[in-house]
Amino acid sequence: MAKRITGPEIEKLIQLLAKVPGLGPRSARRAALHLVKKKDQLLGPLGKAMGEAYDKVRICSCCGNIDTADPCAICTDERRDHGVIIVVEDVSDLWALERAGAMNAAYHVLGGTLSPLDGVGPDDLNVKGLVSRVAEGRVREVIIAVNATVEGQTTAHYITDQLSGFEVKITRLAHGVPVGGELDYLDEGTLSAALRARTAF
Amino acid sequence: MQWQEEAIVLGVKRHGETSVIAEVMTRERGRHMGLVRGGRSRTMQPVLQPGNLVDVTWRARLDEHLGEFRIEPIRQRAARLMESAVALYGVQTMAALLRLLPERDPHPHLYEALDIILDHLDDPAGAGELFIRFELAVLNDLGFGLDLTECAATGRRDRLTFVSPKSGRAVSEEAGRPYAERMLVLPAFLGPERQETASPEELEAAFRLTGFFLHRHVYDPRGIEMPSAREGFREAAIKAARERP
Repeated sequence: MAKRITGPEIEKLIQLLAKVPGLGPRSARRAALHLVKKKDQLLGPLGKAMGEAYDKVRICSCCGNIDTADPCAICTDERRDHGVIIVVEDVSDLWALERAGAMNAAYHVLGGTLSPLDGVGPDDLNVKGLVSRVAEGRVREVIIAVNATVEGQTTAHYITDQLSGFEVKITRLAHGVPVGGELDYLDEGTLSAALRARTAF
Repeated sequence: MQWQEEAIVLGVKRHGETSVIAEVMTRERGRHMGLVRGGRSRTMQPVLQPGNLVDVTWRARLDEHLGEFRIEPIRQRAARLMESAVALYGVQTMAALLRLLPERDPHPHLYEALDIILDHLDDPAGAGELFIRFELAVLNDLGFGLDLTECAATGRRDRLTFVSPKSGRAVSEEAGRPYAERMLVLPAFLGPERQETASPEELEAAFRLTGFFLHRHVYDPRGIEMPSAREGFREAAIKAARERP
């Protein structure tokens, strides 16, 4: 049996940190040691911040975003164009689009994509919420910003089918050459999609 | 243990932060799974999309291990499939059907059929017909094949218009007429007197026919739902058949 080198509290901290994405058992041990060494500057404030986040964090009942208020800051922001909804798979995609800052629209988080292999069906996604938002009649355009994967695009078509009865413009993100991408290294599918969606220069 | 073969990607499941467990259909070894290290990388993700034809090298210490895949792309069809709803629903539904088969059990004709249908999924009307034949082949391989060649009551090989929901055998018009309400319709394109193309009504009847037997013999006994993509595919294929000139 391996000798214990720290108390159970620190061991538990290491075990929990090891479950964070990007951290394995070794890096969790390093992170835990760093936190313990900077107990007052880091461990205390971090614990407090985590406790507060745990108490206050909730999922927006309107769009599915994660925030400390319900409805979330995006849904209550009057400066945004609520006539345009960008549909994303996950909150991380919402954050990525917000970082890009290209649109000042509202969002809708699906919570995943249709995936038979993972047992994710239409009822597991937040599609009904989107349909009811569109049914209110204020939405002009729905931009489906899901991943360019077979599962993502199947979900996009499913959403399009669900919204087919409403007077709303449905668009999707373009597929093509990424910024900084070299044609030589692109797969043939992306290249043919980029050629099909070419624009006037 | 090691083998190398061409395969069609059916799907992937995340494994850890960087790897995936890929599910592929091979000609000689049937549906097979394996770990792909770095499967979530930018270079591997486009290759591991369902429908793509790849070259797979499987390695494991023992035959019963999950093993690791080394995958090289041969033909990347996924981007073309993503252009149409029928193709996307089709690839998802066919993958779901193949998942009903036992793992590592060879079904070379299903592999061939899958390869052909994937190449024709951008013709939605024709794809519907091919897909129905694929469902019949899966039913057959699962041990619930339908006999649509002759009448179960009279032995006739012509004017077959019904299928008995009890036996899964074709029934001729005259023998089935008294029980028409309880019978399933046999579309002409599935009978021995084959037509060139199926009408929208025939396609609808064909989807009802295979759906009935899939529910009865496969989905209901296993307590699983029919994939929602099948309904999407059915609607899209029938719509395309209606719009066909």
